[in-house]
Amino acid sequence: MRISLRGEFGTKLLAPLSTDMEENKETSKPETADSLIRSPLRGEVSRRGLFSSLGMAWAPFGGAGALGLGAMTRFLFPNVLYEPPQQFKAGFPEEFAVGKVDERFKASYGVWIVREPDNFYALSTVCTHLGCTPNWLSSSGTFKCPCHGSGFVITGINVEGPAPRPLERYKIGLSADGQIEIDKNTKYQEEKGQWTMDGSYLSYTA
Amino acid sequence: MNKLFEKIRETQVWKSIFRHGYPDTPRNRTLAVLSNFFLHLHPVKVRRSGINLSYTWCMGGLTFFLFLIETITGLLLMFYYRPTAEYAYQDIFALRENVPLGLMREIHRWAAHLMVITVWLHMYRVFLTGSYKPPREFNWNVGVILLVLTLLLSFTGYLLPWDQLAVWAVTVGTNMARATPFLGHEGPGAALLSIGGLDLVHAGSDVRFGLLAGRFVGEGTLLRFYVLHCVGFPLIAATLMAIHFWRVRKDGGISGPL
Repeated sequence: MRISLRGEFGTKLLAPLSTDMEENKETSKPETADSLIRSPLRGEVSRRGLFSSLGMAWAPFGGAGALGLGAMTRFLFPNVLYEPPQQFKAGFPEEFAVGKVDERFKASYGVWIVREPDNFYALSTVCTHLGCTPNWLSSSGTFKCPCHGSGFVITGINVEGPAPRPLERYKIGLSADGQIEIDKNTKYQEEKGQWTMDGSYLSYTA
Repeated sequence: MNKLFEKIRETQVWKSIFRHGYPDTPRNRTLAVLSNFFLHLHPVKVRRSGINLSYTWCMGGLTFFLFLIETITGLLLMFYYRPTAEYAYQDIFALRENVPLGLMREIHRWAAHLMVITVWLHMYRVFLTGSYKPPREFNWNVGVILLVLTLLLSFTGYLLPWDQLAVWAVTVGTNMARATPFLGHEGPGAALLSIGGLDLVHAGSDVRFGLLAGRFVGEGTLLRFYVLHCVGFPLIAATLMAIHFWRVRKDGGISGPL
């Protein structure tokens, strides 16, 4: 059986030294691409076939294609964002009333700052159900989400509605100049037991 | 009057445009379809069963028709709509109040809803008539990708009015992306992709970030979805549609006996 591959491999590659195919039917073995790659320089290779047989045409093409695709994908991930910064200073601790939820930074940074008698914590304004922004109802002392009715108490624990877990807390600390500093890059989830970790609350007694 | 038309048909201009004769002969009928760039995607002849509504429901054809309606109305809308947070909402309003025949936005929206319905009905019909069986499996798969593209077009277009419905719908929709395995920063496996404590997949670099061009739905998202909706997805859909129609013809034409 003769495997005949013209075009890419060139007729010379697979034909025996004699051009008379009939004569060599019994004696010659079928040439395969593998045997060519292993020993391409057996004297039967034409100059045109050499590059192709070594895959030297497809390799740079494939490489360039992959590089192009990679560059295009990286292009879609911007390096500069026109969003409010993830870390910000929220003012001095004495500006916050004890037992109150402060909504000054709800719209601008998506954070509620709550002061308890002995510490501060920062709640995320993202409902843990599907991502809407709940409202703080001071009369009932709960956060209620307008989208699907999830309810959270002042600590952020979910008590009603479809929310599956409590509101997340952001890292809170004191800056060098004594202001409260919130870092949204780090979040603490109660259901993972992270509300006892350092950074999830700021100890502060008046 | 007829004499005048005959004279026109003998002019060089006419003959250069129309490469077939005018009299109603079988040859001219064939050439009228074959020698036309737009019509030659159509077969010259169809089986009688191909135009039987109770066989085909004509849903595929309706879907394509609605796609053309969407393209034209969409193009017209692009003359007035600006995809920025500052202008998007009021431009949509202006398209109804300030533009003559202020119906383009409504037609566009209605046709979009109808297209989703006809696409599903078409899929249902193809399933009921067994037109997915060999050798048509590949075309079925192309059709499924077209279905996904139709839904993606709907999703991206939904954001463009920039109203409350749009912003929160896209927020909820893209929040699902952050739970993707490996590619989403809250999905399984994301924690594994970190080099020496530095997370490779985080809120600022996962697939949700790439979709939104930000950490939340904002101006970057609006522009990105606008480009996808007006250029990206339509181009891919048009290409796949061409393959889809080509395949129908190659496999023996529409609605014949299997």
